[in-house]
Amino acid sequence: MTNAHKTIYRYDYRRSRDQRGSAVARHPVVAVGAGPVGLAAAIDLAQRGVPVVLLDDADRIGEGSRGICWSKRTLEILDRLGVGERLVQRGVTWKLGKVFSGDELLFSFDLLPEAGHKMPAFINLQQYYLEKALVDRALELELVDLRWKNRVVGVDRLNDGARLTIETPDGPYQLEADWLIAADGARSTIRDLLGLDFSGVTFEDKFLIADVHMAADFPTERRFWFAPSFHSGQSALMHRQPDNVWRIDLQLGPDADTRVEQEPERVRARLDKVLRPHAYELEWVSIYTFNCRRLDRFVHGRVVFIGDAAHQVSPFGARGANSGIQDAENLAWKLAAVLKGEGGTGLIESYDLERVQAADENIGHSTRSTDFMSPHSAAERRLRDAVLALAPQAEFARRMINSGRLSLPKTYDTSLSTPDATAFAGTARLGAPVPDAPLIRRDGTSTHLVESLCGEFELIYVRDAGNDARPQAPEGIKLTIIGDGYHDPDGLFGARFDATPGAAYLVRPDQHLCARWRGFDAAAIARAHARALQR
Amino acid sequence: MSKLVTVSKFSDPDAAYLALVQARRNLTETQAAEFDSKLVLILANHIGDLDVLQEAIALAKQAAPAPR
Repeated sequence: MTNAHKTIYRYDYRRSRDQRGSAVARHPVVAVGAGPVGLAAAIDLAQRGVPVVLLDDADRIGEGSRGICWSKRTLEILDRLGVGERLVQRGVTWKLGKVFSGDELLFSFDLLPEAGHKMPAFINLQQYYLEKALVDRALELELVDLRWKNRVVGVDRLNDGARLTIETPDGPYQLEADWLIAADGARSTIRDLLGLDFSGVTFEDKFLIADVHMAADFPTERRFWFAPSFHSGQSALMHRQPDNVWRIDLQLGPDADTRVEQEPERVRARLDKVLRPHAYELEWVSIYTFNCRRLDRFVHGRVVFIGDAAHQVSPFGARGANSGIQDAENLAWKLAAVLKGEGGTGLIESYDLERVQAADENIGHSTRSTDFMSPHSAAERRLRDAVLALAPQAEFARRMINSGRLSLPKTYDTSLSTPDATAFAGTARLGAPVPDAPLIRRDGTSTHLVESLCGEFELIYVRDAGNDARPQAPEGIKLTIIGDGYHDPDGLFGARFDATPGAAYLVRPDQHLCARWRGFDAAAIARAHARALQR
Repeated sequence: MSKLVTVSKFSDPDAAYLALVQARRNLTETQAAEFDSKLVLILANHIGDLDVLQEAIALAKQAAPAPR
């Protein structure tokens, strides 16, 4: 069957000013690939005052295999980019997962058991809605120059940038960029043109992925089965999406015939067993295998790889698109700081360090999940089945069951952080995104910590009732005071940050915590700020 | 009074499972069975408590096989 997915949104190619005349135009940043990751990078840079030319070889969105699970951290980033609330409203919010062995429930898990967070653990939303929201946002920003039907066919690396050759309906033209961001996906053209090795592990197991339109009142949960009666011997996964669309993912094993398995009768025969007695319509079907691999380095001179162009994982755990958007946010503030002369070039090197760490964590989780779901031999299957057999009685076995560990942001072990001089309890971690907490503004209105952060370096200072002097934050750092300006109504900020009077927390523009102290020391704050900017 | 601990004791259960999987990767069926037998003996001796061992044996025997 040919995939019956629709072109959802189409955009017009327009001839750009750079295509006139013979001089090659130069831009600070050119990004390639207007998927979620490239769009997020372009919007983030534009919001930081950096103009971006964003090229895409197509003129539409809505094609291709689609991500549906967007994690809390990604939603926090998208909120800062101006589309988070709209997407949460449009999406299906969930936080519960259930794991079955056969038809018996083994256990369920709650991905966000505590209150006081603006964003939910996850939403499910078709990728084309997310891309549409990001394109709408990009089109609002004068600093994003989005060029459809601009296909990169050549890259030359320059000492201080890159030169691109681009095919368009009006013929080819060239562009130069101080920095080139490659966000052009798993089959990255830029990666190929530079001849970079993209190796890792390919898994042989094939999976059938189907989106069906169906009126059903299955719960809004992630449900995963090992060897259910409706799909014997293999695993199955079901997710709810908006518009009465359901995602079903069925393991087929390594010997499945990709062509035969996509025939509508065959797909229907499998889905009938899963979904009966519900009537459904097929929206989209694909067979996939997957790879766990990454580039050795994500930074190659002035060319920086983000998202699937840099790394690939299995879909179990929703670690692909989510980690790509987290790449974009890690790079955007650093590139902006370098272009403005505020940060040292070590910042770009730190993108490589931090996001390679994240990719390795994601690949590790993804590989372990796959090892559990697709045993390589009879001996490995026996071990896996022993874990499943013991699970009803033994909690330790339930903890070993791995149906995908869902995406969490990386806690960076990075030289951008200033090591703690004293111990801190709570859930805030040096190098991790700050935990959210409800706050009350001075005017009495409610907000949350993460949405209140300005997106630049920010010092969160906890007012010390015994010392009324208002501290002065070093230049380039916004000061926020808990207890003056913001209040911590439920004590959740205090608990999550182990906040004692006078404590101070330095937050990076990407909302990761990079230093903290028990008291306010302007010189120490300035040193930590300089360190985080690699000055 | 049960002495057998069945709550998870590993800080990272995925890493423990991975170690057990990797130990048998590329072994033949016979090699894997021999490996499992040796591993059981080593761990049983490490526990060194016959009551615990008997409880563990009973749990392993009573657990119904996983659906396939």
